[in-house]
Amino acid sequence: MNIEIILHAGLATGTILLFAAIGEVFAERSGILNLGVEGMMLLGAMAGFSTSLATNNAWLGLLVAMLAGGILSLAHALVTINFQADQVVSGLSLTFLGTGLALVLGEGLTGQHPPTIPIVDIPLLSSIPFIGSVFFSEHSILVYVGYIFAPLTAFYINKTRPGMHLRAVGEKPSAADTLGISVYGVRYFYTFVGGLLAGLAGATISLSVSPGWYSTQTTSGQGWIAVGLVIFAQWNPMRAAFGGYLFGMLRRFILDLQGPALIFGMTNPLYVNSNYGFFLQMMPFILTIIALVWGSRAASRKRIGAPAALGVPYIRGERGL
Amino acid sequence: MTSHPPPNAVANAVANAVEMKDIVIRFPGVLANDHVNLTLKHGEIHALLGENGAGKSTLMSALAGLYKPTSGTMRIHGELVDFNSPKDAIAKGIGMVYQHFMLVPTQTVTENILLGLNEPKFFMDLPKYDQKIRDLQEQFGLNVDPTAKIWQLSVGEQQRVEILKTLYRGASVLIMDEPTAVLAPQEIDDLMETMRSMTKQDKSIIFISHKLNEVTAVANRLTVLRKGVATAEGIDVTGMTSEKLAELMVGRKVVFRVEKKEQAPGDVVLDVKEVSAINNKGVRALNKLSLKVRQGEILGIAGVAGNGQSELAEIITGLRDCDGEILINGEDVSNQEPSVAIAQGVAHIPEDRTGVGSAPNMTIAENTIMKNYRDEPIGTKWSINFTEARDHARELKNAYDILAPNVRTMARKLSGGNLQKVILAREITTNPKLMVAMQPTRGLDVGAIESIQRLLLEQREEGTAILLISEELEELLTLSDRIAVLHEGEVMGILDAKDANMKEIGLMMTGEKHKA
Ligand SMILES: Nc1ncnc2c1ncn2[C@@H]1O[C@H](COP(=O)(O)OP(=O)(O)O)[C@@H](O)[C@H]1O
Ligand SMILES: [Mg+2]
Repeated sequence: MNIEIILHAGLATGTILLFAAIGEVFAERSGILNLGVEGMMLLGAMAGFSTSLATNNAWLGLLVAMLAGGILSLAHALVTINFQADQVVSGLSLTFLGTGLALVLGEGLTGQHPPTIPIVDIPLLSSIPFIGSVFFSEHSILVYVGYIFAPLTAFYINKTRPGMHLRAVGEKPSAADTLGISVYGVRYFYTFVGGLLAGLAGATISLSVSPGWYSTQTTSGQGWIAVGLVIFAQWNPMRAAFGGYLFGMLRRFILDLQGPALIFGMTNPLYVNSNYGFFLQMMPFILTIIALVWGSRAASRKRIGAPAALGVPYIRGERGL
Repeated sequence: MTSHPPPNAVANAVANAVEMKDIVIRFPGVLANDHVNLTLKHGEIHALLGENGAGKSTLMSALAGLYKPTSGTMRIHGELVDFNSPKDAIAKGIGMVYQHFMLVPTQTVTENILLGLNEPKFFMDLPKYDQKIRDLQEQFGLNVDPTAKIWQLSVGEQQRVEILKTLYRGASVLIMDEPTAVLAPQEIDDLMETMRSMTKQDKSIIFISHKLNEVTAVANRLTVLRKGVATAEGIDVTGMTSEKLAELMVGRKVVFRVEKKEQAPGDVVLDVKEVSAINNKGVRALNKLSLKVRQGEILGIAGVAGNGQSELAEIITGLRDCDGEILINGEDVSNQEPSVAIAQGVAHIPEDRTGVGSAPNMTIAENTIMKNYRDEPIGTKWSINFTEARDHARELKNAYDILAPNVRTMARKLSGGNLQKVILAREITTNPKLMVAMQPTRGLDVGAIESIQRLLLEQREEGTAILLISEELEELLTLSDRIAVLHEGEVMGILDAKDANMKEIGLMMTGEKHKA
């Protein structure tokens, strides 16, 4: 067990959650709850992997992965924005749809080795002791993108005009509507952005962090963790990023706990019986379930600052919106 | 009909600020505006009056670009316009302060004002714009901290933000939809001062209200709507009387004092004996309170809000536990389920019409059968016969004159008066022995108030015992046979309504005991 390795690996796997959770922050800030993140991620992972294999270009794979997630999310937008269907039901269906499509189209991809996103060191910064080797060396370019992505989105949401319009639509769509902001337009756009980022998160797995296609094991439920993370993060991109990294490190820590035969001079029960390890590996999901249950209670939702119109379809002139 | 001026007539100084001609607006099942004309002259304050549901907000929403009229024409400063969205209307200088504020609670005053504009384009440099908004406030005397979040502001301040929003966009025509309904008396005076100062600065205002004293105080001319039809178009405010205005709004003479028949009360129906109860905060709300209500009698409960009125209604209807005895027809119903009180013939008109009195997302039909859904022919052994339920609801809709497209309409779409009629209709059809009515006319317009008060008096004549809790002393004096005054959960005294006067009740409300 090496602290440097745990931190380093946590940043890499945390980047996956970072992209997916920030995408969901965008969608939810506009008032659209999309529980289809897991499906969009898996489809993105498959599309990216497959494109990279076919074109020998990982960057093209990344682009196609994003588009795949984005296009899938438009189905959710259509059903929930235009037809005002229940967002929970539609989001769950989207996960089934995305997972199904990915499994069918991904048939035969296992065991292939397409080009992946390059791993690089940042000059100068990487030579800082400890910090350099944890943060700035031997990371995929996507990890470095993640570092700047979170503060940029926080700035975008809180300090720019489109960000202000996004917040208004999620909090009080009627106010935005009466000032000429297209509520449907904004919701479509950010649902799509959420899809793009979920696709990117998927490709971050298959083309970068743990390259390969292992059917549903590729994402192994990280889409759900991302959804729970949004609640933990209180719809704030910076907190979503920190949460993502924290989860990533936790996962690596749990994995490493099972390695040594001796721990603090005693026999390591996790080493002796690997079944105990499964319970530890459930921890992130248990935390996610707690977050989802807690976050879905109306009272606590208000307190932790959920967008007021989250999950509520907008119809002009309807009383009480 | 009328001769049309040439298209694209050049706006000139004599053109009216707004001309709406033959406006028809139809919603599924409702004709909200039926060939309405409205002319707003330059620099005037034009009052638009009408009962709830008359179509005032709808007409103004068309002018603000939110709805498209089914037919009719609109001219702004002489120019023919056709709005496809609120943005179009804003561009032509129309600003609307909606009845239900359109503000984002989590954003600051400045952010709310800048919403939907193009300037600044990307980076929101708020401090710079805070200053611009302070300057605008100075000009019109509308003070509110630009850096405050909306949720931190009082209702009056929020309204100022709404007005600033329209002024910042350079509105020349302001529409104010029932702006005084939410304000305290002092705030109303301030608002009127602001309105006058705006007309001096070349703005024209449409002011929606149903109170004559406000209209005569600020408006020059007025237009009245009744069920979507204009019953007065741009007549002068001077010389208008409350009676004439009420008649125009309601379509019949409104008796400001409904007649109460002399009748002798019968046996005691409700006997509350020394009850005490605590409120939601755990503080004692009722303190050894006793009172009796007889058949065919209205006992009015007066008092400043929060002196135990809600708790009194709740312990009788089974919604709150208490110490002491509550006898209805001799049976103790204290600390029992609400169904026990219902079985004893208790009807409840709760204070909160949408939260407690009805289910907003269910239909009128479903709301009307909530008490008798178990009874034949609506309730069969295993299911509810919805055809019967709708027939039943349709009968009530006609009998109680409930305005709605049909009985499948969601309760949340009804105006306050019509929703209250649905609740009363449901309660009265159970042939109650005792009715507990809390604030039954709060927030309603004159016509609705009168019909609700009439229904209560009819129940009294039927022999129902009525406990009427109200903050309107006028209403209590008109309807009640006796008046009990509550102060900190105790009865200060019970007066005969015939010899009671406002001053005496007022004193008792502040805690002075009645000298027998
Ligand atoms: N969006 C809508 N859909 C259907 N009916 C509506 C809608 N808005 C208003 N109405 C109906 O149109 C009528 C006029 O309503 P409104 O203009 O709000 O009245 P007012 O402002 O005078 O109280 C009412 O019967 C109301 O129920
Ligand atoms: Mg209205």
